[in-house]
Amino acid sequence: MANVGINEFKNGMKLLINNEPWNITDVDMVKPGKGQAFTRIKIKNLKTGRVVDKTCKSTDKMQTADVMETDYQYLYADGEYYYFMHPETYEQIEASKESVGDNAKWLLEESMCTVTLFNEEPYVVVPPNFVNLKIVDTDPGLKGDTSGGGGKPATLEGGAVVQIPLFVQIGEVIKVDTRTGEYCSRVKD
Amino acid sequence: MNSDWKSQCPLQTLKQRAFLMSKIREYFAHHNVLEVETPILSSAGNTDVNIESFTSQSINLDCSKSYLRTSPEFPLKRLLCSGIGDIFEIGKVFRKEEISKTHNIEFTMLEWYRVDFDYKQLIQDVIDLLKFIFSAFSQPFENVETLTFNQSFQQFLSIDLSLVTDTQLNTYCANFGYSGSQLSRDEALDFLFATQIQTKLNKENLTFITLYPASQAALSQINPHDPSTSLRFEVFYRGQELGNGYQELTDSQELLERFKVDNQKRQTQGKQMVDVDCRLLATMENGMPACSGIAVGLDRLLMVLLGCKTIEEVLSFNAGNS
Repeated sequence: MANVGINEFKNGMKLLINNEPWNITDVDMVKPGKGQAFTRIKIKNLKTGRVVDKTCKSTDKMQTADVMETDYQYLYADGEYYYFMHPETYEQIEASKESVGDNAKWLLEESMCTVTLFNEEPYVVVPPNFVNLKIVDTDPGLKGDTSGGGGKPATLEGGAVVQIPLFVQIGEVIKVDTRTGEYCSRVKD
Repeated sequence: MNSDWKSQCPLQTLKQRAFLMSKIREYFAHHNVLEVETPILSSAGNTDVNIESFTSQSINLDCSKSYLRTSPEFPLKRLLCSGIGDIFEIGKVFRKEEISKTHNIEFTMLEWYRVDFDYKQLIQDVIDLLKFIFSAFSQPFENVETLTFNQSFQQFLSIDLSLVTDTQLNTYCANFGYSGSQLSRDEALDFLFATQIQTKLNKENLTFITLYPASQAALSQINPHDPSTSLRFEVFYRGQELGNGYQELTDSQELLERFKVDNQKRQTQGKQMVDVDCRLLATMENGMPACSGIAVGLDRLLMVLLGCKTIEEVLSFNAGNS
């Protein structure tokens, strides 16, 4: 990709550093009245979310990364790849296990996911912020507690384990925040 | 974007800005320093390697383009050479690519010159002016601290500039988060000063940093007692840079040499060379009076007076919506 002068950096630009794409989240200039100008950027690794500060001469150049975020509909998995379809062009793409990572447990067929394409290959797959999933296993023994004070672990379809209130039972569908992995509410039909 | 026709600054701030200007004029009237106006568009530019000028169409027969001034320094010095005495100017100056929380591409500069003042007398003049202005704004004016450039490196970084090598300076910069291309000695000093020293300058004090390295003399005299330093100083208020002053270089031959060195550096860095001010050099050949001068950013001064964190809080409109 293009080499871009650091003085042209803006929030949201994607940089290529050690073959990994990073997102610029903050740009500021440090300029002594008489002297070399420096640009300080905060960048976030698109995969790991790690945030790093970098300071360079404003006259330096850095490589930008070919990164695009697009919404795709999740179709199915075959054990090796996860398959997604573009809702308008019906183009299908296959995402590696690595790109889906831990998010695999939140993938529900037909749900819309945000797929980050890096060099036109799926690099990160982000599920919707909230998904509705059925409880396939939890301890049924505890009843009658509606205070919500305590909790118990529950296994959901897809394999995620979340803490749920004691009164929620096997077979019920719950709404979960995929960003935190936390229970939100029961979903009634 | 929808409401960017509005001024982003409270109208009260604009009234305080006008009050600041009136107080500065009052101070200089009281001290018999004459207000002058000089051209904003000039056929010669500033060769300083780290300052970029806007250019426009030619304005007279002997130039192919013109420059928007980055400071009124050259025409003011031409007036000094013609014997005008102490002068000041308040006006807009322009610097390309300078955008940050404390930079706007065009800003208001106060520049003044005192004939027969050495830099220490000028520092006292700066203190007197700021004392006058701070009291007019009912702001406390705390202690004043003066450190030489070398002392500041010793005090805040335990670096002895007479001993430290360029490689060691680059290592310090890397340890303090620099990750760009190799730095020259002056660039490394700029980085360390701006990120490690300026930010720690005593938060309650007005700080003067004096005797910058000779390689950063700009247009100041080389220190006659120590040729490794220059008679240049900067003034900071709670770590915010407000102004840059010199005991002025008056030798036209040496000035021409510095312009040439600047342009050579520009060439090696792939920057545009700048037309030097031949009229300034010609006037100086007839003798320039011994003097000291300083440029102060008035937007920044208003920021510190009003406790604003960003420059746009004190501008009617900024580069983003002008």
